[in-house]
Amino acid sequence: MTLDAPPVEPRTASAPAPPAGPAGGSSLRFLGVGTGALALLLASIGVAITLGPADVSLVNVRDIVLNHLGFTDIPVRVSEDAIVWDDRLPRALVAAACGAGLGLCGVILQSLLRNPLADPYVLGISSGASTGAVLVGIVGIGGFAPGVSGGAFAGSVAAFAVVMLISRLAGGTNDKVILAGIAVTQLFSALTSFVIFAFADSDEARGVMFWLLGSLEGVRWDDVALCGAVVLAGAVFCLVRAPVLDAFAFGDEVASSLGVAVRRARITLMTVTALLTATMVSVAGAIGFVGLVLPHAARFLTGPVHSRLVPVTALVGAVFMVWVDAAARVAFSPSPLPVGVGTALVGVPVFIAIMFRRRRPL
Amino acid sequence: MTLRTREVGWNRGGRLVVDGVTLEPRAGETVGLLGPNGSGKSSLIKLLSGTARPTSGAVTLDDASLAALSRKDAARAIATVTQHADTVVDITVRDIVALGRIPHRGTFGGDRQADTRAVSEALARTGLSDKADELWHRLSGGERQRVHIARALAQEPRELLLDEPTNHLDIRYQLELLQLVADLPLTTVVALHDLNLAAMFCDSVLVLKEGRAVAGGAPADVLTPELIAEVYEVNATVRTNPGTGRPEIGFTPGRVPSTAAR
Repeated sequence: MTLDAPPVEPRTASAPAPPAGPAGGSSLRFLGVGTGALALLLASIGVAITLGPADVSLVNVRDIVLNHLGFTDIPVRVSEDAIVWDDRLPRALVAAACGAGLGLCGVILQSLLRNPLADPYVLGISSGASTGAVLVGIVGIGGFAPGVSGGAFAGSVAAFAVVMLISRLAGGTNDKVILAGIAVTQLFSALTSFVIFAFADSDEARGVMFWLLGSLEGVRWDDVALCGAVVLAGAVFCLVRAPVLDAFAFGDEVASSLGVAVRRARITLMTVTALLTATMVSVAGAIGFVGLVLPHAARFLTGPVHSRLVPVTALVGAVFMVWVDAAARVAFSPSPLPVGVGTALVGVPVFIAIMFRRRRPL
Repeated sequence: MTLRTREVGWNRGGRLVVDGVTLEPRAGETVGLLGPNGSGKSSLIKLLSGTARPTSGAVTLDDASLAALSRKDAARAIATVTQHADTVVDITVRDIVALGRIPHRGTFGGDRQADTRAVSEALARTGLSDKADELWHRLSGGERQRVHIARALAQEPRELLLDEPTNHLDIRYQLELLQLVADLPLTTVVALHDLNLAAMFCDSVLVLKEGRAVAGGAPADVLTPELIAEVYEVNATVRTNPGTGRPEIGFTPGRVPSTAAR
């Protein structure tokens, strides 16, 4: 490899030649943040697995994982192997996938609706997914195992369609979307409660209520595969469509003048959001506020340009959820705390802080 | 070859907001769209930009129908500065101007160097190089309009459309902004409220009333007291400014006699 000096460009007097463009000098910083977040994610998963009632050392975790991947054949205790490989690792991976996916949903919705408070939970998509999942799970429409995800998907799409319809009828402005979301959240929460009280016995009801608060109890490798694949596909899609998400910053008309086919972009991005949300709700219940808060945290690190915001939000979200889930697992051990309780306890103060920061008219 | 409308009409929910307007700018000239509120200026800009589709007639770019072009191809030729374009995003001037590069990007990025160059040039042209790292919500109204124009210039268009870009600006910024626009080597269509600004900076004007074009041509030929009375229903006097040679319009209070108004 040779080191050629780049051709020196003549500097104009008026422009003090700042580090060039959207992908110029700050790209090094972005690379640093990205690599740092990825390393932090791997480290977090490793450490989070060691936590819990049964102590497993980091070395054991490494050995067990390497054994299962077929790289080594180090003797480990069977009980530890089961705890790490069958319980804590898939759980940490699903937590990471959910954190990343919810963060991505927040990024998409906040861009499209031009509202810093938009996320799948606030907009009723999560509660629609819950209703769909509960209908299938308890009433038994359409069989069980694959049906819950399908029900969650149908529910989230239905809830979102209702939100869009109401907000359009009310004038179509972005704050109307949020108001419609609140109404639809209430409606579908009520429907969910109705289904539970009408059709579930008390054990079922308790299980469902726990799950509705967001829980990663008992996730399996199947869930890892499902969540991982969907979230990865969603992340790649968002990254490819990053310029489109940027283009909505000044509204539909400006986006259109920048060459975005607005209606088509809106429909595809919303469908991706509904698909991501539905998948995550079907596996982990309705985890609130992660989608709302994480994009804001990531913007502090990267700024608002989506080619950087999308990957960093996904990574920060993954790290965040791994830790919240680990805390939920350990806090009141052996009885678990729903992970949604943890995210809400962190999320609500941040939500309020954002509202105060946004006091100037939207 | 440029952006044109031929007998274009737009029936918007039962109301004919644009009614058979033909606009054929010469390449490189600045055309002012004039007329009272609701006369169809903004609607005509929307039709020209391709944001809205005409219900009759045609908008053409290089003699091809604009409706047949993809949004992306259209955005490479036509840039638009709309009214009231605001954001809730904490975004820097440079990142906003870089939005103008979106139509030039492929699926997996584009020519980074061309992007950087276009953004720097647009910033320099609009006098915003020093403000490149400033946040949008800290800018004044005049600076914000200049940022939008810089964003449009970064698009490297041939045609520039502006919808009342001087609204809510101090007179100094109004003059600066329109001078900047008039000096651009682009075919520009600008909707304006202020007749004096139009007279000062436009090569030609098109006057709209209730969606129809009622007069068109050089400002000195079009902006007569009679036309102003007919279209705006006010008493006006027009004289030639000795310094610029452009028409200068003054107004006197009171409504025009209804015979002149209707």
